[in-house]
Amino acid sequence: MNAGAGEVRAPSTGMRGKNYARKYWPFVVPAGLVVFAVIVFPWIFTLYMSVHEWKVGGAFTFVGLDNYLRLPNDERFLGAVWRTLYFTVLSVAFPVILGVAAAVCFHRNFPLRGLARTIFILPMMATPVAIALVWTMMFHPQAGVLNYLLTSVGIPPSMWSYDSATVIPTLVLVETWQWTPLVMLIVLGGLASLPTDPFEAARIDGASAWDMFRHLTVPLVWPHIIVATVIRTIDSLKAFDLIFVISGGGPGTSSETINLYLYQTAFAFYNMGYAAAMTVVFFIIILLISLVLFSSRQQEKWQ
Amino acid sequence: MKALLSMKGYQVRRLVGRVFFGLSVFALVSPAILVFLWMLSLSLKNEVDNMSFVPVFIPNPPTLANFIEVFERNDFLTYTINSVIVSFGATGLALLLGVPAGFGIAKARAHKVAALIMIARVTPGLSYLIPLFLMFQWLGLTGSLAPLLITHLVITVPIVVWVMIGFFEGLPAELEEAALVDGATIWQAFIHIAMPLARPGIVVAMILAFIFSWNNFIFGVVLAGRATRTLPVAVYNVISFEQVSWGPLAAAALLVTLPVLLLTLLMQKEIVAGLTAGGVKGG
Repeated sequence: MNAGAGEVRAPSTGMRGKNYARKYWPFVVPAGLVVFAVIVFPWIFTLYMSVHEWKVGGAFTFVGLDNYLRLPNDERFLGAVWRTLYFTVLSVAFPVILGVAAAVCFHRNFPLRGLARTIFILPMMATPVAIALVWTMMFHPQAGVLNYLLTSVGIPPSMWSYDSATVIPTLVLVETWQWTPLVMLIVLGGLASLPTDPFEAARIDGASAWDMFRHLTVPLVWPHIIVATVIRTIDSLKAFDLIFVISGGGPGTSSETINLYLYQTAFAFYNMGYAAAMTVVFFIIILLISLVLFSSRQQEKWQ
Repeated sequence: MKALLSMKGYQVRRLVGRVFFGLSVFALVSPAILVFLWMLSLSLKNEVDNMSFVPVFIPNPPTLANFIEVFERNDFLTYTINSVIVSFGATGLALLLGVPAGFGIAKARAHKVAALIMIARVTPGLSYLIPLFLMFQWLGLTGSLAPLLITHLVITVPIVVWVMIGFFEGLPAELEEAALVDGATIWQAFIHIAMPLARPGIVVAMILAFIFSWNNFIFGVVLAGRATRTLPVAVYNVISFEQVSWGPLAAAALLVTLPVLLLTLLMQKEIVAGLTAGGVKGG
């Protein structure tokens, strides 16, 4: 009875309530069954697998928490965790900063704005494998166009994705190129919903464009920036296609993130139990980081 | 005199501001344009021009030999058909299941179910693959397109449900409730009133689900056999198992992503609306 109290507060007619809600369940059941089969069941099955030792073709034995206890001693896994965090910090920071700047630009009216915006979002819609291949060709140290352009303006050539020192920044470059548009769209949505009065008032008071950006725009769209940051964080942690195609985790293991090591463990070494345990830990890392970021958004709301 | 001078200063500053703004817009769109143009350029040049140290920017003369080679040397047509079957199938099924589900969740205000879908968004695509890969092996489904189509539902169903919840919540409830008062069943109200009103939402959900299914690589690379590769996997295999020659590779990459690029150019309004609402991305 009292559980429904919060739901009854809905606007308009008095038709809401528990009975009312129950009538709509048949609409959800078919999708619910499919979601259970392809999404929820794999979660449960992964948990089950993670306490078993099973190599494809080998015996299936219960090993308790052994798979989990192996992780903190696995140098390759620890390295992958650090590389994932390094990659994530950079590929959140650059797209968010550039995306906010781009949103401010696209919020203004100018000729051909629609076309410019469409071109700007093309990278995020394009097939990742296809663009990763083009970037790989551009990164080629001898025949790649990027080193030609660098040397023609007097900058020494780079080894890009072919050297362990530069591979992660190179991958971040492509990730930034691809996903800045998503940040731009989210922040642009925020800018469109802002009231115009404070900006008019500030302009009359003679505030400079930079002051208005710093003291009005940024605080007002802050919730949208946080949402974009959370989405970018989740996507960077899970990044796979670009890294897999451009560097394959190499040279050596110098760009091997958790996701790539997970792929190797499961589908190159066929070490399914260990991979399942790694998946669970990886999932918990992602969930924790997104919860921390989201709770910072909640605090922001209450202030 | 003084007034004139300050007028001029104001105008000059405005002009400088405009030029600066124009340059920033140019700086924003040029990386996207340059990469796609370079892809086009690589696909239209012969191998000598593609590998020369001083790049040939404009193909002279442009050649279609690379595109012909893509179709001759690989089973590109088979892979295209595979991609079409998987993406259309997974999108169609997701609409069939997800549109009513979005309606039900929006009407019943079942926000916990919506949260479950958000968790699916957070989960890395690989973590579905280990259990599903084993299941498909035990069920003996490997070697057909069925595993791929089923796995792509992991991407398409959450997108459709998520977009549709937003649309159905935004619809005015009056029309539908009037129909219910007049004795229509909920099912009739859904088919005849809610669905037609939500058609723009259905279009958005369909386009996004299709694009993210078409672009998906990770499911195909694990689950597809030689004959069941989708296009992204087929293109990736061109570099791993053959002498790398850039022209055909760029041509193949362009062919794979062209449908998506065209769809984005034609449907940019719908795509922007959907992405702004949900921040959706699968896999």
